[in-house]
Amino acid sequence: MNWTTAIPEIFLSVAGLAILVFGVLRGRYSGPGNALVCSMLVLASFAVAAILIIGGNHGIGYNGQFTTDAFSSYAKLLILAGAALGLVLSLDYNRLEGLARFEFPVLVLLSTVGMMVMVSASSMMTLYLGLELQSLSLYVLAAFARDTLRSSEAGLKFFVLGALASGLLLYGISLVYGFSGTMDFNVLARSFADPAGVAPGLIVGVVFIVAGLAFKISAVPFHMWTPDVYEGAPTPVTGFFSTAPKVAAICLIVRLMGTPFGHLLASWQQLIVLVSIASMVLGSLAAIGQTNIKRLMAYSSIGHMGYALIGLAVGTAEGVRGVLIYMVTYVFMNAGTFACLIAMRRRGIALDKISDLSGLGRTDPMLAGWMTVFMFSMAGIPPMSGFFGKLYVFLAAVQAGMWTLAVIGVLTSVIGAYYYLRIIKVMYFDEGGEAFDRRPMSLSVVAAAAGLFTLFFFVFPAPFVGAAQAAARVLFG
Amino acid sequence: MTELGFPLLSLVTFLPLVGCVILMTIRGDEATVATNAKWAALWTSLIVFAVSLVLWFRFDQREAGFQFVESVSWLPEYGIGYRMGVDGISVLFILLATALTPICILASWDSITTRVREFMLSFLILETMMVGMFSALDFVVFYMFFEGVLIPMFLIIGVWGHVRRVYAAIKFFLYTLTGSVLMLLALLAMRSYAGTTDIPTLMKTSFPVAMQTWLFFAFFASFAVKVPMWPVHTWLPDAHVEAPTAGSVILAGVLLKMGAYGFLRFSVPMLPEASAHFAPFIYSLSVIAIIYTSLVALAQDNMKKLIAYSSVAHMGMVTIGIFSFNIQGIQGALFQMLSHGIVAGALFLCVGVVYDRMHTLEINRYGGLANRMPGYALVFMLFTMASVGLPGTSGFVGEFLVITGAVQVNFWLALLAATTMVLGAAYMLYLYRRIIFGSLTRADLRAILDLSPREYAVFMPLIVLTLWMGIYPSAFTHFFDASVEAMVSHHAAAMAHQVQLAGVPAR
Repeated sequence: MNWTTAIPEIFLSVAGLAILVFGVLRGRYSGPGNALVCSMLVLASFAVAAILIIGGNHGIGYNGQFTTDAFSSYAKLLILAGAALGLVLSLDYNRLEGLARFEFPVLVLLSTVGMMVMVSASSMMTLYLGLELQSLSLYVLAAFARDTLRSSEAGLKFFVLGALASGLLLYGISLVYGFSGTMDFNVLARSFADPAGVAPGLIVGVVFIVAGLAFKISAVPFHMWTPDVYEGAPTPVTGFFSTAPKVAAICLIVRLMGTPFGHLLASWQQLIVLVSIASMVLGSLAAIGQTNIKRLMAYSSIGHMGYALIGLAVGTAEGVRGVLIYMVTYVFMNAGTFACLIAMRRRGIALDKISDLSGLGRTDPMLAGWMTVFMFSMAGIPPMSGFFGKLYVFLAAVQAGMWTLAVIGVLTSVIGAYYYLRIIKVMYFDEGGEAFDRRPMSLSVVAAAAGLFTLFFFVFPAPFVGAAQAAARVLFG
Repeated sequence: MTELGFPLLSLVTFLPLVGCVILMTIRGDEATVATNAKWAALWTSLIVFAVSLVLWFRFDQREAGFQFVESVSWLPEYGIGYRMGVDGISVLFILLATALTPICILASWDSITTRVREFMLSFLILETMMVGMFSALDFVVFYMFFEGVLIPMFLIIGVWGHVRRVYAAIKFFLYTLTGSVLMLLALLAMRSYAGTTDIPTLMKTSFPVAMQTWLFFAFFASFAVKVPMWPVHTWLPDAHVEAPTAGSVILAGVLLKMGAYGFLRFSVPMLPEASAHFAPFIYSLSVIAIIYTSLVALAQDNMKKLIAYSSVAHMGMVTIGIFSFNIQGIQGALFQMLSHGIVAGALFLCVGVVYDRMHTLEINRYGGLANRMPGYALVFMLFTMASVGLPGTSGFVGEFLVITGAVQVNFWLALLAATTMVLGAAYMLYLYRRIIFGSLTRADLRAILDLSPREYAVFMPLIVLTLWMGIYPSAFTHFFDASVEAMVSHHAAAMAHQVQLAGVPAR
């Protein structure tokens, strides 16, 4: 048995438990200091895990339950990057909001382990295990500000709807198992080699699985929870929600559609096309009327998932490469945006109205500058990285001749540009507002790092494209 | 690499960004930062202009192909590379952009008082985008610069504009973005077909006729908005009225040329059949633009709006010239673009001069300025005449060539196009009379001052250029003679090929 394939996950799980024990033992002596130390330990274990992933060998382990390949490594590194950025964002926010408890970084770490298991899963059982580990940790994180009504509401809502989605997924898995007799992805793939002989019940199973996963990436029509949870959860948690878990869920869908259901392309393609179009349209239209910036970001992320799904809907290696590049650009610009949002704080009160940004161009040109970069990037304006994400998915769609998808995609991106521009308008064109509180170092660092990445991605796209290419080939040869 | 073995175009393109870095490092209180930012930006743009003059002197006018070519691998597996180069069509636009930028910076010396550093930063970034767009030899690189222009221009209109600036800025951005994204799809379709986005290669690729139709409309969506052609011109008057003076100058001077340049660079050489097929459609829109917007201009009581509508009419001449597919027409279009860039820019500067003093754009608020501002009256008259197309000024040459080209296509087309000269004279002279002549009736105009030395310095290069282009146009037309001839013969060959194909009976 090739147990070494899971070394990064094993390491992270052990590290997580060790940090938990460490935090409990120290908990008697210190409050926020303890949380800071634990966060740093978690960040360090993320770094070690990343090194283990880069240096690790590829292969299938645990009797075909768990696989590591170029695709999973790519996704895991991106997940770790997203999780690390999210954790850094939470450091000072939690301290200021009185949420600095050592459980927070541990929960982030455990959900990250869940995500890593998800993208490495090569059996339905492993998939579900990873997904639930991730989801349960995220439910707690959403309700982490337990004394505020909105956070508890967000946590509860997320939990109830998430459980429903897990149920759908599980039902789908059981249908697939019942009709095919196996949970192993590779065996499933072989048994579907002749799509004509596939039982209709199995297709129903696939539909349920897609529905369950669409919930996790908050794609329309399973998006209802997103605005409420995004609004209610503490802002760094929202930032975390919109990066790493999205990457994990998208990569999971891609693997699922690529490996076990790869031969059923004709069956699931229309489904993904519909979900993608609906997400793009709703994401761009519903965001226009928002006044709360966290809700706006929720709709924005729904739209972005729609764009990413274009690549999957195409069903080619080019398309998957587009998805993977899109996710890289998305994680960084999103983390940067949330760094700017967390910095919105006057006299100790955190703010989340769009109008609170007014006059930022004058009071804090640096922050407004980064925010502008992120907004233009989200709108897909070159030379920001967001343009390249869109370029590669549209390229794949055009190459495959899927014109409807491409045309709707570019038109909704114009509509979407309106609400991103509105934020820039508020920051620069509106008079107003007094300055925000001095922002902590951690936010400046994340904003600057993500901003530089977003701004200068065009100089060095080749390594990312190359890595995404290698990853995509694994699934869609 | 160039004959100098030196990446000249990249240098001209990215040198303004070096100025941006310098601007960012300025420290001190607001007044110090403002002064230093202005000087740093002015010097940067002057140095960029000086470097770009190398193009004027070293450009080989007999060569029809691309010169000063640079090529760096960027995304090789996609057939996308960082390629730069100029031919006769683009070289003068680079010079136009680099020449107008210092003028704009000088023109906003006193009129921009808030966030001076950010204004100068936006302008230098805008210069990078404009130069990069005209020198890009790869479609993706072109697209990046083409859309990148929107960012600084959006901020210039929105931050430093007038009362309805937010509306104008967002309208400007969304109008142009809608067109551009459709062009992006066309670009991707071309890449899928040809396997590369190298512009010279795409020019030699012949696309299937059915595909050309779709590509043509996608390009049309983008470039027609940019030109702008009737009926998608409505963003322009709003943008012009709300933009600060320097923003209007660069908008009229260079940004409007991007659309026409796109037609010349992409639509005509890459899609010859579709271009020929849809030429009557373009003629109709252009003629409507010329007559309708000229009449609209006649009815304006806002100076900037009037000049904005006149721009739409003048650009109508340009599109007629481009789609006449003969040497005179295309040369006339190019000349008209350059001339309009200078003259319309200068007219907006003239408006800016009185706006700085009186803070109103209403024509009725002025009158009899000749009494107090004789120097200004003279300068304004020169550019009014150039806009009308008086022989001896730059405006005449372009319009004359376009009409000559149009006659070869269709006499009635030429006749309708020529109404621009009559209507143009009507609205421009009417504007001039209302502002400059008559008696000084308003008390607040009595103390108005004539042009300051700085303003003379702003206008002087434009006056020289206008007269130089009018009196000795060959100095400019020689630059694009060879390239235009090559383009016209390429088009004729493509059409002949199509006729040949049509002659072959279907099997």
